[in-house]
Amino acid sequence: MQASSSPLELSTTLPAILARHGHDGTRLMQILRETQEAEGWLSPAVLTEIARAVGRPRAEVEGTAAFYSFFHTRPRGKYCVLWSDNITDRMLGNRELMQALCAKLWLEPGRLSEDGLVSVNTTSCTGMCDQGPAVLVNYRAITRMTMDRVDAMAELIRNQVPLADWPAEWFAVEDNIRRKDALLDHGLAPGEALAAAMARGAAAFIDEIKASGLRGRGGAGFSTGLKWAMCRDAPGDAHYVVCNADEGEPGTFKDRVLLTSYADLVFEGMTLAGYAIGASKGLLYLRGEYRYMKDALEAVLARRRADRLLGAKILDSDFAFDIEIHFGAGAYICGEESALIESLEGKPGRPRIRPPFPVTSGYLGQPTVVNNVETLAAACLVASHGGAWYAKLGTAKSAGTKLLSVSGDVERPGIYEYPYGVSVAQVLQDCGVTNCIQAVQVSGPSGVCIGQDELDRRICFEDIPTAGAFMVFDCTRDMFEVAHNFAHFFAHESCGFCTPCRVGTQIVARLMDKLAAGQGSPYDINEMFNMHRLMQGASHCGLGNTACNPMIDTLTKFKPAYERRLKSLDFVPGFDLDAALSQARQMTGRDDADAHLAGAD
Amino acid sequence: MSEQNSFLLDGEEIPFTPGQTVIQAAKAAGKFIPHLCWHPDFAPHGSCKLCTVKVNGRFGSACTMEAAAGMNVDNRTPELDDKRRTLLQLLFVEGNHFCPSCEKSGNCLLQATAYELGMMSPHFDHFFPDRPVDASHPDMLLDFNRCIMCALCVQASREVDGKNVFAMGGRGMRGRRVIINSESGRLADTDFAATDRAASVCPVGVILKKRVGFAVPIGQRKYDIAPASIAEATK
Repeated sequence: MQASSSPLELSTTLPAILARHGHDGTRLMQILRETQEAEGWLSPAVLTEIARAVGRPRAEVEGTAAFYSFFHTRPRGKYCVLWSDNITDRMLGNRELMQALCAKLWLEPGRLSEDGLVSVNTTSCTGMCDQGPAVLVNYRAITRMTMDRVDAMAELIRNQVPLADWPAEWFAVEDNIRRKDALLDHGLAPGEALAAAMARGAAAFIDEIKASGLRGRGGAGFSTGLKWAMCRDAPGDAHYVVCNADEGEPGTFKDRVLLTSYADLVFEGMTLAGYAIGASKGLLYLRGEYRYMKDALEAVLARRRADRLLGAKILDSDFAFDIEIHFGAGAYICGEESALIESLEGKPGRPRIRPPFPVTSGYLGQPTVVNNVETLAAACLVASHGGAWYAKLGTAKSAGTKLLSVSGDVERPGIYEYPYGVSVAQVLQDCGVTNCIQAVQVSGPSGVCIGQDELDRRICFEDIPTAGAFMVFDCTRDMFEVAHNFAHFFAHESCGFCTPCRVGTQIVARLMDKLAAGQGSPYDINEMFNMHRLMQGASHCGLGNTACNPMIDTLTKFKPAYERRLKSLDFVPGFDLDAALSQARQMTGRDDADAHLAGAD
Repeated sequence: MSEQNSFLLDGEEIPFTPGQTVIQAAKAAGKFIPHLCWHPDFAPHGSCKLCTVKVNGRFGSACTMEAAAGMNVDNRTPELDDKRRTLLQLLFVEGNHFCPSCEKSGNCLLQATAYELGMMSPHFDHFFPDRPVDASHPDMLLDFNRCIMCALCVQASREVDGKNVFAMGGRGMRGRRVIINSESGRLADTDFAATDRAASVCPVGVILKKRVGFAVPIGQRKYDIAPASIAEATK
């Protein structure tokens, strides 16, 4: 791999990539990704050349490259195998499979093999929870790993078979749509919603969106109509539409399905937003894990351009709008809208200081609407059927339907669409629960964990708002292990900008490790509550504010899972003092009672 | 005092001019809000969170929040100072801070703030990160063991010196760091100079001038003479 960074090689691939992106530093993420795809990794010399070409300080370019998990500033190996490590993958046995793969390849997780051929490691949830255990091989998604596939994969890697020649069925990603409602049964032809909105006019269309009661589907639930109106009214040289397809919340995969089988609806929603706010450019920020969708999505865009649904003179009007796809590179924080915009501008995904909000100062400092994939798709329904029709779906404060990504201990994991207001119990009944239910984690680690006695609670903004994740745990599951997994997820994904989240998430992960090792005490649990109180108020963004939720929820509702791990009811140090003396005993050749701490009492 | 342009800080009326942040108005009035990453000469960074205050019952950063008429701001309450002590402890265990052997001792805002707030111990287990020292530059030394990620050097180099010697990069506690603007990663291979603003802006002991470490003896230094609450409110 090192040879590929020689000046000779640089002179062939890199200039073409840089030229394709117009030497534009705001396109740094795409330049880095494509360069890495060509070169294998991002060597110091490559970063220097990219910085020079885009006219940015080298330290900034390196700063961006070093921020994202999927960018490699060290040689990576010809095969990079990353196991999705969401709790649902673990429940399906990913750890055992990864250990088996490592054993067959004679390597340790996280370490490049001696011959530089392969590395095996974990990564945050890749959005395949309904068909796990999942892996990414050189950032291509593979689903349904089994021990047989591990055996075969080790052979393919050892024989250096190109990824293109691996069994095609490994790369199959199923939609698993189990229940359709208004959105998934939309029945709209491409362009139909757009024509209806343009017949109304932009201002009247925004009024329809307001009247529909449509709220953001990313979980926060801000009024879509209000957001669009504020953006439209904000002064700027240009307005932008950004579709947030980062979908990093573990357990969420609805956007994957929408973009796979409903891409027209999503792109039409973006076009609608562009028409409403007066934008001519839309950006789809797609998480790096979904890189495999690129060709199919580009084909849909090309078809829509040919059909005059994108480009200049849309539907023969003066409205011009086009959409471009940007890929993320493995950073959960980019799901936060201002971090996402930073990433679109080629920077590390660090949430901005707010205000100003994106609607007045977003992408390139211009008024920008950032909407979830599902919100934009739903806007098509409002455009074609009207606000009053849409407002009748769902509940009073939660109009419309919601896609749930169901995974975990159910018979039929997949996508379930319901009108807002559906009870958790109803969802559980529909997705087939055979064993007794212990808990459901709604809206992922940053959401809420509900227990058996809360199954009558409802999915809606009045009760449990959600971005879509719905992970089910039966009575055999250890809820401590669920929280333990989430604690490490947040520690891994904290951007590191603010003190409470950067260090706090690590402290919490370490406390959970201590409990897991059987060294815990009530003192440690108390510490967890203290960190929660600090991080909830003082953190810079939602990640830090919610990072302790899984611990606090499970400590409150599933306390025995913690208590059975406590060593004593008093303070227990994180290390074993007597064991620490073993080296001294070895050196002095003593092992009598007086050489042990207990014996010295 | 005009009622329209004032707010309450711990019950005391503080005047402000429109556009001022809470911390700017407080400082102008000679009031101390603990802070580390904020510097009066630079745009707020908002990362250390030491200046967390409670405005009308909600937490916020005094360095980024604009002052507004009639705000009721809690600052030096036991609740807030307790949070600040924890934040300081997090910063101390995140890096490698050994005050007795640090030549910034007495001039260090982290140390002074810890004294100010009565931080008696690090409380948490240390992480002992492996952070390199860069002594390559003829006149300057970089000891990243003490970095608190305030990014003041980044701002000073970019905005005052026009050089971009530093940038923040990486992710999370184990990744986030100051990146040096050279392919080798060494300070000697940049255009950094001891006369740069960035050379004197570090609030802790990361960016140090060589050969003058103890020109002012310990005991006669900035925060030896006056504690942070006085030195920072009046400078």
